[in-house]
Amino acid sequence: MLSVLLTADAVGAEIPPPERRSGYSFMTPDTKAMQDDDTTNPGMLWVLDGEKLWARKAGGADKACADCHHDARTSMKGVAARYPAFDKALGRPVDLEQRINLCRANQQQATPFPYESRDLLALTALVAQQSRGTAIETGSDPQLAPFIAKGRELFMQRQGQLNLGCANCHDDNWDKRLAGSAITQAHPTGYPLYRLEWQSLGSLQRRLRACITGIRAQAYDFGAPELVELELYLMSRAKGMAMEAPAVRP
Amino acid sequence: MIQLAAMGFAAVVLAPCPAGAQALRPYAIVGDAIPEPLTAPGDATRGRALVVERTSTCILCHNGPFPEQKFQGDLAPSLAGAGSRWSEGQLRLRLVDGSRLNGATIMPSYYRVDGLTRVGPAWRGKPILSAEQIEDIVAYLVTLRE
Ligand code: HEC
Ligand code: HEC
Repeated sequence: MLSVLLTADAVGAEIPPPERRSGYSFMTPDTKAMQDDDTTNPGMLWVLDGEKLWARKAGGADKACADCHHDARTSMKGVAARYPAFDKALGRPVDLEQRINLCRANQQQATPFPYESRDLLALTALVAQQSRGTAIETGSDPQLAPFIAKGRELFMQRQGQLNLGCANCHDDNWDKRLAGSAITQAHPTGYPLYRLEWQSLGSLQRRLRACITGIRAQAYDFGAPELVELELYLMSRAKGMAMEAPAVRP
Repeated sequence: MIQLAAMGFAAVVLAPCPAGAQALRPYAIVGDAIPEPLTAPGDATRGRALVVERTSTCILCHNGPFPEQKFQGDLAPSLAGAGSRWSEGQLRLRLVDGSRLNGATIMPSYYRVDGLTRVGPAWRGKPILSAEQIEDIVAYLVTLRE
């Protein structure tokens, strides 16, 4: 029995860089067009909200993001393409949502936004949009190496009642279809993104939790270190690919 | 739940299975087959309905002679002709625990509760399908002769 389990964990081949494809390339022309045009991309509504929040004073410090960071279009350029990033004070990686909430708690002295709240998604979308077209750089910091390794382990591990690992679908079968859905390579290039199925913008953690529940495994709570490690591994796995937030997906 | 459907996975949690973790029926593997039924003989009509039902998960990966089903997977061999390639007992073991035949298979073991990691609370301790459901599906698969 043990030997059977061990072979079941055999790891498939990772995708070589020239073959890497964004989830965008699997979409229908209609959905691509919706993403490409800012006047039809629903994610832009969140970006507009984000611009208002950016300038609004909040918390005990009565400071707006703009009071420290000025114009997001210059100060936030390329930032999302480097996240999750290592936080010295916490001694571990934080994702973009967590970074925004750290600023909110420590700099603005305001209560952090709940995960998936309109406000947190709006600010994240605004920041991420400033990296559109920028090549992903996440993972260059050597302090991140052990966390990337943990994320990779989670990606390879079989789990849940269906006993599947992320790699079974996204490394080994990305050219196939799971019933009606194209199985993509799981590159995190577009987050936060507008999913037609959700009829909303959603974070990368929301997407990961959906895949984990899909294999009937216990989803990690929003903000759990495991989800940040998975995000980190996915971003480092997509190194060099262009950011496209806020993207659209089916 | 919407997220599950979105991923192409079953959106409905299986009804609590009468057979709990402790109560999986014993079975004997002979060669590459389970020759004896787990319960009374299954019903092929119910079996077909189960195979195309999304909660059973089969056609997420497989396709087959189900013209009324718009969305079928292509991660796995077509189920067409399965009954001419395999005996009833071979099909039964394939469903109960295919990992015994191919340790690296992605096909889930439908009647197994051990050796799994981080199973979600709604599914913990339960096989994916009940013994009765396995027999219904086996009864259907043997009819797929071409
Ligand atoms: C059984 C197959 C399967 C497994 C296992 C699986 N996924 Fe997915 N995943 C999908 C499908 C199908 C989609 C696309 C859904 C859609 O957009 O319609 C998807 C989408 C994604 C996306 C979104 C990509 C984009 O372009 O926006 C990410 C990221 C992702 N998965 C990560 C993971 C991770 C991490 C795991 C493991 C914890 C995992 N997946 C496990 C099938 C799977
Ligand atoms: C996650 C993917 C997946 C799911 C879900 C799945 N299978 Fe499979 N199945 C496979 C793969 C892959 C094979 C090929 C053999 C192997 O990998 O061992 C296979 C093989 C088979 C075979 C043998 C086919 C042949 O002729 O060689 C049968 C019969 C079968 N599956 C029936 C089912 C039924 C019935 C269900 C649902 C109760 C099901 N499968 C669910 C992936 C899947």
